Amino acid sequence: MTIGGAGNRTTVKTRLPHVLMAAGILYFLVPLLWVVIAATKSQPDLLDSPALWFAEFNLVENIEQLFREDDGVYGQWLLNTALYSGLSALGATALAAAAGYGLARFSFVGKRLFETALLGMIMVPATALVLPTYLILSELEIVDTMWAVILPSLLSPFGAYLVRVYVAESVPVELIDAARIDRAGELRIFWQIAVPMMRPAIVTVFLFTLVATWNNYFLPLVMLSDADLYPLTVGLTTWFNTAQQEAGTRMLFNLVVTGSLLAIVPLVVAFVLLQRFWRSGAAAGALK
Amino acid sequence: MTRSIPITAPAADSPPPPHRPVESRSRRRSRRVTAHPVAGALFVLPFFLVVVAFLIVPLGYAFWLSLSSKSLALGTRFTGIDNYVRAFTDPVLLDGLLRVVLFGLVQIPIMLGIALAGALTLDAVTTKFALAFRLIAFMPYAVPAVVGALMWGFLYSRTFGPFADLPTFVGGDPIDFFSSSLLLLSLGNIVTWAWTGYNMIILYSALQGVPREMYEAAVIDGATPVQIALRVKVPAIKQAISLAAIFTVIGTMQFFTEPAIMARFAPQISAGYTPNLYAYNQAFAYSDFHYSAALSFALGFLVFVVAYAFVFINRRRGARS
Repeated sequence: MTIGGAGNRTTVKTRLPHVLMAAGILYFLVPLLWVVIAATKSQPDLLDSPALWFAEFNLVENIEQLFREDDGVYGQWLLNTALYSGLSALGATALAAAAGYGLARFSFVGKRLFETALLGMIMVPATALVLPTYLILSELEIVDTMWAVILPSLLSPFGAYLVRVYVAESVPVELIDAARIDRAGELRIFWQIAVPMMRPAIVTVFLFTLVATWNNYFLPLVMLSDADLYPLTVGLTTWFNTAQQEAGTRMLFNLVVTGSLLAIVPLVVAFVLLQRFWRSGAAAGALK
Repeated sequence: MTRSIPITAPAADSPPPPHRPVESRSRRRSRRVTAHPVAGALFVLPFFLVVVAFLIVPLGYAFWLSLSSKSLALGTRFTGIDNYVRAFTDPVLLDGLLRVVLFGLVQIPIMLGIALAGALTLDAVTTKFALAFRLIAFMPYAVPAVVGALMWGFLYSRTFGPFADLPTFVGGDPIDFFSSSLLLLSLGNIVTWAWTGYNMIILYSALQGVPREMYEAAVIDGATPVQIALRVKVPAIKQAISLAAIFTVIGTMQFFTEPAIMARFAPQISAGYTPNLYAYNQAFAYSDFHYSAALSFALGFLVFVVAYAFVFINRRRGARS
């Protein structure tokens, strides 16, 4: 698929791009390499040994200490993060899939208006929403519970928009009509015919909302004050703050680093493994 | 795999493939195949309820809250636009706004420039190495902004990182990445590291949707790959580039996590370093929810207007050409 065609010419022409890509790989990889190497060091080694090379191998001890510290609160944070992001992503994806399908394949009163508004909703920054949502949820007395993080995360106008575009392109009306003639119910048509055809869009929306919630800092920071409810992002920063305040007296820097490593491994692995799925969906995201 | 999905933003100007004629034709044939207005609305309803609860109501509440003030002497009272007048004459907010705008003016073009160059390279070079580059460049996207900022904070610091002391090997002074003169650059690097790969993938996907026939003629005419990239491919994905730009602008205006984490390394990052940080601190450090609501509403409104105007102009231009 190289445009240049004939072999020899292409190899010469691609030398410069390859050098640039190598520089890019180095740039994107160095911080990740650092965190992998640093996670294998004890706190004293972390401070004294060369930053980008190994010292005494301490990874196992670090991980043991990580899950022991503060009565094993790190494990709780990890669970919370998985729970919040899993439930949020599932919910947001289900809502977006149904809404996108409904908008693309039905007509009803107010649809045009809603579609125009949808584009506007994508542009509303989270900043404007998080603080008032906090105040409302505190009136309802559900701040400082997992729902305060999960419920606002269900909102994904971009997801609905992406599904709507995808359905319009790749779920033929004729097929739906044929199913209706065969007396299939609307829910069954959606579930058995449309959803399988929408799979790339659904996987994409799921992954992107999963990452958004997994990585979210602002929302849980505002909503939660009980340390047992923290996700990894908020938990790690509180440890980091303590580590700086009590510099040296408590072994925490090595835990922040090891904890960071364990926090990023699941998502990086998920993205690499699911590459095949999200890449075809991301094509639809190109219109983003 | 390459799906032919339009790169233009559809919604208003390109309605879904015409299904009305099909439906009206079939309506004559059978009563069952109708527009099903109720079913359609029911599919959208759950999403709509979430929109009402977590978008419309909070926005309305923020606006309502911003129209009053609370003081010890007078209690809560209606103050109209006073909070907004205060906001737009507040030197701390204006400083923060200016800082974020300056930051964006430098960081966004650099990041999107690299992302575009990377996407064009990936589109033209299809070696295994390019595949590895694509995957590795995308990895930072999966790293939480908090962890990314922490990692770079460590890397920048003299005690943990390898870079600050580099000049000392040739007899120079160590670099202070947290000094006032370098701080914005240090922050810009964190954001660039995190988001370049993501934007590159988005633009690369758009490029994959460009029909090859569009530049086959140019290839036969002997155009170089660089000429094809700049004259054919870039114009073809203009829409995707502008949309990537606008989403980056929206993100930059809300700049929060990276400066909040970096404040631990660089104490001169004040409570009002960015507008979003300021709004947060007004609420949670000073408990002034009314002013905080005005700040977040104003900021949200500003972002919304800029973004919407951008999309609108873009679309008009797209429609004309």
